[in-house]
Amino acid sequence: MSGSINRIYALVLRHIHIWRSSVMRLVDSIYWPAVQMVMWGFLTQFLRPQVSFMAQAAGILLSGLLLWEVVVRGNLSLSIAFLEEMWSRNLGHLFVSPIRSWEMATGIIVVALLRTLLGLIPVSLMAWAFFGFSIYSLGLPLLAFFLILQMFSWSVGLAMSGLIMRVGQSAESFAWAAVFILMPISGVYYPISVLPHWLQPLAYALPTSYVFEGMRSILLERTAQWHLLGLAFVLSAVYLVVGFQIFLWFFRSSRRAGSLLTQGE
Amino acid sequence: MPASPSIDVRRLRKVYGEVVAVDDLTFAVPRGAVLGLLGGNGAGKTTTISMLLGLLEPTAGEIQVLGVDMLRHRYAALPRMNFSSPYVDLPHRLTVRQNLQFYGRLYGVPTLQRRIVEIAEHIQVADFLDRQTGKLSAGQKTRVALAKALINKPDVLLLDEPTASLDPDTADWVRTYLKDYQAETHATILLASHNMSEVERLCDDVVLLQAGRMFDRGSPRELLERFGREDMEQVFLDMARGRGRGLESLRKDEAAQ
Repeated sequence: MSGSINRIYALVLRHIHIWRSSVMRLVDSIYWPAVQMVMWGFLTQFLRPQVSFMAQAAGILLSGLLLWEVVVRGNLSLSIAFLEEMWSRNLGHLFVSPIRSWEMATGIIVVALLRTLLGLIPVSLMAWAFFGFSIYSLGLPLLAFFLILQMFSWSVGLAMSGLIMRVGQSAESFAWAAVFILMPISGVYYPISVLPHWLQPLAYALPTSYVFEGMRSILLERTAQWHLLGLAFVLSAVYLVVGFQIFLWFFRSSRRAGSLLTQGE
Repeated sequence: MPASPSIDVRRLRKVYGEVVAVDDLTFAVPRGAVLGLLGGNGAGKTTTISMLLGLLEPTAGEIQVLGVDMLRHRYAALPRMNFSSPYVDLPHRLTVRQNLQFYGRLYGVPTLQRRIVEIAEHIQVADFLDRQTGKLSAGQKTRVALAKALINKPDVLLLDEPTASLDPDTADWVRTYLKDYQAETHATILLASHNMSEVERLCDDVVLLQAGRMFDRGSPRELLERFGREDMEQVFLDMARGRGRGLESLRKDEAAQ
């Protein structure tokens, strides 16, 4: 086990060294969430005196935005952590070293988590400083929301990393955009009941839907629906296992096709 | 009872669609020997090395390294192996020291800092240990790649064209170092190359590959005698231009007699 921890630590440390050598690589983690937060913050300020719903729960848009960014940044951070190995044409060395697939997946998940926190904590503080809104007012459920959304984003990131490993960097743009297709049915800014009936079962198959419903429940009714969060947690865990299996499937497929040595810049 | 070979390959085959990259390849490398895989572009050298390392799944055949079935339990052997190739880079943005620390940790090297100092002195990379790997010259990068390949003092070292695109001075240094390392550690080395002087100088045994098949096999001296040539370059040209007969056809003749 200590060997596994040492290898995971090596992978994490390798990415921290890269961040230290090129701070610009971290800037995008803050830049886009910050721009969006400012835009939605001003929109909230504009709507608050005119829309009674907004007066009741002023933070509902900013909460939705910041929590959705947890999904987007989680997926992007994980994909970038994997792509770093491809960009540096390092996959060959990595896969012939004793690091196992699950250790590699765990390593890049830790890297993605750090990168997400490095990006979103400053933005959440900016929301408090500029618009007087604190996401931390969600209280303890915020931790559960964060964990569920991160796990789900990692599952997408692992599947996308596997796809890139198999078909090459032509799949990169798909990896960036993959989670956005889920945004309309996750109820980020509106309740799931708004969706057509036939789409609602699909929405409830996603853990994200429960998180955003839960968020609205806290902001509008001051109640935390823990049983739904429990369900969302189980769903996220299932997705994470499936995401890892997809990654492994692409890895085995790449080994058969011989694409591990040829991928690179 | 003879010691089991370090590398034992049996009836190895790799097919991509309709292209047969490696076909029915069988060879063994005794512990402490240096085997050269010699062949032109597309002969199957890199494919064979990739299969030995587990980067590529064979279509058929068996591979054992250090007594471990590489197709099923490769993680048992990987900590005792290492690899270098000009076609696989080390992370550019890491310094040489960070790269060696990274791979040292992956390979579970004990007393890693001491090992880095030791290998840096041996491979002569101490002067640029704290420079970014991507900013080094080709010769310096080759030394760093070699340092990475030796960081865990491997029992089995796989080298894919270790002196490709190097100037003669650096290439000579690499060959001398490998020769000394092998003599000192008795490591088993498998070397893919199309540099004849390199093969002649380093290898105890040579497998000639042509279109994925074993064309001939023997020590450089045996091959020179068999082909009636003075150097390995002529042997290679005979094979490439269809002038040599190859081991298989000689055996068929012997069997017929």
